[in-house]
Amino acid sequence: MPFLRILLLRLLTTLVTLAGVAVIVFFVIRVVPGNPIAMMLPPGATDEDIARLSALYGLDKPLITQFGIWLSGVMQGDFGTSITTRQPVLGLVLGRLPATLELAIMALVMAVLIGGAAALIGTRGRGTRTEGAIDVVNGMALSVPDFLWGLVLMLVFGVLFPVFHISGRVTPSLDLPFTTNFYLFESLIRLRFDLWADLVAHMFMPALALAIPLAAIIGQLLKQSLKETMNLDYVTLARTKGYGETHVIMHEALRNAVLPTLTLVGVQFTFLIGGTVIIERLFSYEGLGNMAIDAVINRDLPLIQGIVILFAVIFTAVNLIVDLLYTVLNPRLRHA
Amino acid sequence: MSFLSIRNLSVRLKNGPPLLRRVSLDVAAGEVRGLVGESGAGKSMIGKAVLGILPPSVQITEGEIFLDGTDLLRLPPKESRRRIGASCALIPQDPLTALNPSHRIGPQITDRLVDILGWTRANADARARDLLAEVQIADPDRVLRSYPHELSGGMRQRILIASAFAAEPKLIVADEPTTALDVTVQKQILRLIAGMQARHGTALLFVTHDLGVVSKVCQRLSVLYSGLVVEDSTVPEFFASPSHAYSAALLAATPKYTDPDAGLHPVPEAVVNAVRAEVAAFDRGPAHG
Repeated sequence: MPFLRILLLRLLTTLVTLAGVAVIVFFVIRVVPGNPIAMMLPPGATDEDIARLSALYGLDKPLITQFGIWLSGVMQGDFGTSITTRQPVLGLVLGRLPATLELAIMALVMAVLIGGAAALIGTRGRGTRTEGAIDVVNGMALSVPDFLWGLVLMLVFGVLFPVFHISGRVTPSLDLPFTTNFYLFESLIRLRFDLWADLVAHMFMPALALAIPLAAIIGQLLKQSLKETMNLDYVTLARTKGYGETHVIMHEALRNAVLPTLTLVGVQFTFLIGGTVIIERLFSYEGLGNMAIDAVINRDLPLIQGIVILFAVIFTAVNLIVDLLYTVLNPRLRHA
Repeated sequence: MSFLSIRNLSVRLKNGPPLLRRVSLDVAAGEVRGLVGESGAGKSMIGKAVLGILPPSVQITEGEIFLDGTDLLRLPPKESRRRIGASCALIPQDPLTALNPSHRIGPQITDRLVDILGWTRANADARARDLLAEVQIADPDRVLRSYPHELSGGMRQRILIASAFAAEPKLIVADEPTTALDVTVQKQILRLIAGMQARHGTALLFVTHDLGVVSKVCQRLSVLYSGLVVEDSTVPEFFASPSHAYSAALLAATPKYTDPDAGLHPVPEAVVNAVRAEVAAFDRGPAHG
């Protein structure tokens, strides 16, 4: 019952959030200089041509009217037509979404594995050189932004030791039997491990670049709360029962220590999704972020709006999932 | 030899002052020994040393802890941990923090039986139910399924007592088990521990600052001052005629509920100075135990 109530309440606030995002993105990109029509026409087009094309896309009407038209379309699931490709925005955006989701989730998994391992090893060896070494590496990982890690990885694993692909999502010459755009997921289901390996070889570096700063944050925070938890009475009591250090960390401390980290990972994961914009550009990965940059360059207003709304939906969904996970992991919240 | 035999145990804060000064004491099988002293006298430290849970900030500098004839401090950490887990248990001070908030009560009682001692889950569950009945918990099945935050402090202390007796240990360290409880609950819990101890014949190392508790539960006691054992007597001997001036003053300082008008008698300054001088002399001189 509480689950359902939390869910309904969150869905309601989500609607309000999305409405706000819709208003902001619509007006801001129209206030910013740059005109999509001017981008479409060759240099030397007459004012008459510009006016005709503007009327065609409804850009001659007052802003408020334009907003009304767009919003009523959105309500019916019509996000308009992309100015540059002349295709429905919704189809374009949903077609790219799986690529970005796969990249972001891969990055999240990497960050949790690397950061979690660092935290556990650091806690196991607390007060020793192992912990010191982990702190140093953490600090380095944190102080370099994801796109710089992207360049470093490109240099190391793309140029010096070319083991991974540095651009694209999949080798173009491959024959893809997929019916959805969740290539990585579908290749596993279809047991096409050859394609899966090719996809991973493309995705590895951009995902790792996104994962490194998040892994450092997870490692640092989780280690901190693990160390605090290790001094609590119930952990001491477990030691007297004959349990060793590893069991005590994994079984007694981890579940309680993971809660503050979980909240932060939720927030940081939304940053990570934001980070896909630059990383996808860097690795020519055909996802939403790459599409967003093209849309901005071409002043493709309906497409920008669609992408931003979709990002907003993802962010709120991530926050919702984190809240629900929190309730699952913390029995004290279930009856609140 | 006694089941637990501590010989010349010295513990100090790393690069800091001594916390235990060549402490020796014995606990025979089935015997209850009280450890008495002011806060900071080192009484809890002895219990922690026996159970191998000294904080990382302190170190043992000398001495032996014989458990059933084997010196725990000479064993590899894994082996000493196994022995402690198999034959000792702890009743902690604060029941509110000593249960894991994320686990249900049942597994917290049975975990050691299943994981360490290799019981079947069914046997361990049945044992947990019996134990909860023994500590007079009315609805054992519901309690076993509960999370700690759903239960009262007194209830949780009963659970921790049940858990301590789960594996039929030879020795239990009770670290001020009633201090964190409501006064009304203290007496019940004390009676419960004494009853369980008598039924199971478990040796008990009872850490407390309350001499009233000692007179009710213990057969022998050690009085500590600043990590130094100043008195080691049987309880009747001690209450009849304490052998050390400090422990006599401590006894005189215990307020009597039967005579509330008697006023408070703090330990006289002269006695404190004398026992401090004794500690200082110990630290200076060639120590002879």
